[in-house]
Amino acid sequence: MTKTVNQKAWLLVLPVFAVVAFSAVLPLMTVVNYSFQDTFGNNQFFWNGLGWFQELLDPSTQFGERFFDSLWRNLLFSAIILAIEVPLGIAVALSMPREGRSVAFCLVLMALPLLIPWNVVGTIWQVFARTDIGLLGSLLNRIGIDYNYAGSALAAWVTIVTMDVWHWTSLVALLCYAGLKSIPDAYYQAARIDGASQWAIFRTIQLPKMRRVLLIAVLLRFMDSFMIYTEPFVLTGGGPGNATTFLSIDLVKLALGQFDLGRAAAMSLVYNLIILSVCWVFYTVMTNVDAGNRTVLADSDPADASAVGSLPPATTIPLDRRAA
Amino acid sequence: MARITLDHLAHAYGPNPQGPQDYALKEIDHVWRQGGAYALLGPSGCGKSTLLNIISGLVVPTRGRILFDDRDVTTVPTEGRNIAQVFQFPVVYDTMTVRENLAFPLKNRRVAPATIRSRVEEIAGLLDLTRVLDRRANNLTADMKQKISLGRGLVRPDVAAILFDEPLTVIDPHLKWQLRSTLKELHRKLDLTMIYVTHDQTEALTFADTVVVMHDGAVVQTGTPDELFERPAHTFVGHFIGSPGMNLLPAQVQGATATIEGHAIPLARHYPDLPVGKRIELGVRPEYVHLAPKGLGLPVQVKRIDDIGRQRLARVELGGRPLVATVAEGQSLDGAEAALTLDPRQIHIYADGALVPGLPGGAA
Repeated sequence: MTKTVNQKAWLLVLPVFAVVAFSAVLPLMTVVNYSFQDTFGNNQFFWNGLGWFQELLDPSTQFGERFFDSLWRNLLFSAIILAIEVPLGIAVALSMPREGRSVAFCLVLMALPLLIPWNVVGTIWQVFARTDIGLLGSLLNRIGIDYNYAGSALAAWVTIVTMDVWHWTSLVALLCYAGLKSIPDAYYQAARIDGASQWAIFRTIQLPKMRRVLLIAVLLRFMDSFMIYTEPFVLTGGGPGNATTFLSIDLVKLALGQFDLGRAAAMSLVYNLIILSVCWVFYTVMTNVDAGNRTVLADSDPADASAVGSLPPATTIPLDRRAA
Repeated sequence: MARITLDHLAHAYGPNPQGPQDYALKEIDHVWRQGGAYALLGPSGCGKSTLLNIISGLVVPTRGRILFDDRDVTTVPTEGRNIAQVFQFPVVYDTMTVRENLAFPLKNRRVAPATIRSRVEEIAGLLDLTRVLDRRANNLTADMKQKISLGRGLVRPDVAAILFDEPLTVIDPHLKWQLRSTLKELHRKLDLTMIYVTHDQTEALTFADTVVVMHDGAVVQTGTPDELFERPAHTFVGHFIGSPGMNLLPAQVQGATATIEGHAIPLARHYPDLPVGKRIELGVRPEYVHLAPKGLGLPVQVKRIDDIGRQRLARVELGGRPLVATVAEGQSLDGAEAALTLDPRQIHIYADGALVPGLPGGAA
C-alpha cells in the first residue's frame, strides 16, 4: 500500500520551474530590487531603503498624492462599471430567449464584442466619438450637445464608461444566462402553482441560482477594470489633464515616460499587493459560500438522523409482510 | 375540493396533428372522484406527465375540456386552479427557511400574516416539519424537501387536488416507505383528491385505491389493484403489472378449449365468436401456473429455477414457448421433465392485446 517515491518526477517539473523563474520570479525580483534604490541612468544605483514606499503611501507628498489620485480614480471607475454592467447584464440575460432558433443568434451577437481586441475597441470608439468625423461625436454636437472627450473630463469619462459597458456587459450577461439555463423547469412551474409574481420568481429562484456566476462575473469585471490600460490609453491617453489617468497608465508614464525606475517599482509592487489582496478576499468569500453550505449540512446530520429515527419500523414492514 | 372531469381530452405537442401517432395523449374520458387516491401508472413516455401537466394547467390540451366540478378550467392558468403539485426533483426556495417556504404560496395570495402563521404551524405539524421550521431549506435531505414542496400545496386551504409527479425518484429506498405512508395518512385525514404519477407498480398499487394504467398515450385500464391483477384488460397491463408479468402465449381457441403448440387447455369460459384475423393470445399469471411432477399436466422442459425469497419460480418451456410457473414449497424436481397445471378460472383470452370477455360456462 505504500506509495513508491519517485524522485525522477521532479525532473519533469523542472522545465516549468525554469520557465516560471525566468518569466516571473526574476523580473519581479528585479522590480523589488529597483524599489529600494534610486538611479540616474548610467546603470548607477543608490540605496534608498523604504524611502519610495514611505513617499508613495504618504498623500502629502507629490508622489503620494499622484498615486492616491489615480487609485481613487480607478476604484471609482470600477465601481461605476460594476454598478452598470451587473444589473444590465442580468437584465439582458433575463430577456434572452431560453430556447428556440434565436438562442444561437443571441449568443453569437453577445459574444461579438468579447472577441474584439482591446486596442481595436479603443480605436473604434476613438473614431466613433470624434467630433469631426465620428458618427457619434459629430451627431451629438450637431444636435446641440457639447461633447468633446478630448476637452472635457466628463465627456472622457462618459465615453470610457460607455465603451467598457459596450465591451464587457455581454460577459456578465453570458455568465448569468448560463446560471439561468441551469434552473430546472420544475422551479418555474412550482412558482406558478405557488402564485408567485415575476418579481418574486426573480428574487426567490433566479437571483439565488445566479449568485455563484454573479460572484465570478463581479470578480472578473473588477480585476479587469482595475487593471484597465489599453482602451483609455488609445482613446484619451489619460487626458484631458489627468482625468482618465488610471493606475496602470500612471505607472507606464512614471516608468517609461519619466524613467523613474525606483518610484515606479515601488508603485507597481503596491499595485500588485492591492490586486493580490482583493483576489484573496474574493477567493475567501467564494470558498466560504461553499464551505458555509457544507458545514451547515454537517451540522444538520445528527438532526436528520433523528428525523430518520422512525426508520427501523419502515424497513421492518416489508420483512414482516414477507414473514406473514 | 373538487371532482375533476376529463372530457374527450387529447393532446399533441406538434401543430396540426393528423393521425393518432401525432398525439402524445390520445383521447381520454375520465372522472377523478373527489377524495380519491389515484395512481397514474405507465412506462416512461406513455403520456402520463402530459396528462398531469394538463390537469395542473401547465399545458393546454389540443382538444377536449377539463372541468373542476362544473367549472371549465381548460384555459385557466395554473395559478387560477386550486391545484398543488409535487415534482420529481424536490423544489424548495433555497434562500428561505422552511417556514418561509411554507408561507410563500399564502404570502403570494396576500393572506393575513396571523392566518399564515397558524396555517404554517398546522401543516408543519402534519408533515412532522415543526423541528426544522426555522432552518434554511436548502440544507435538508431530499425527503424533507419533498415534504416541504408537498407542504406548500397543503398549506393552501382551497386546494382541490394534489398531483405527484414521480415524487419518490430521488428519495433513499428506506425513506420511500415512510414518505409513502405519510402520503396515505394525509389522504385519509384531509379528504383530498390525490393523483400520483409513477412508473413503479409497487408505488402505484400500495398508494392508490384506483390505478389508471397508461400505455402509448392511451389509458388501457382503470381499476383497483386487485382488478388489474386478476383481470388485466389488456396484455400490456398483464405484462406490466406483477413481477414477473403475466404469461402470454399464442393460442388457438375453439369454444372452451385453447390449443398451444398442440396441447389442449380447458377454459372456464367459452368464446364462440372470436374475431377472425386477429392475434389470439392466452394469458395466465405465474401465480396460477403450478409446476407438477412429470405426467400430471402439460409436459414442459424446466430451464431454470429462480429463488426470489418468498417463493420459487420455474422458467419452463412448453413446446418451445417460455413460461413462468410457481413451484410449491418443498416440491422437488426430478430432471428437466415436468408438467404444468393451470387454474382455468384465471386464464384470459386476448385478441390483438384486448381482453375478450367470453361467455360463462366452460368445456362440458
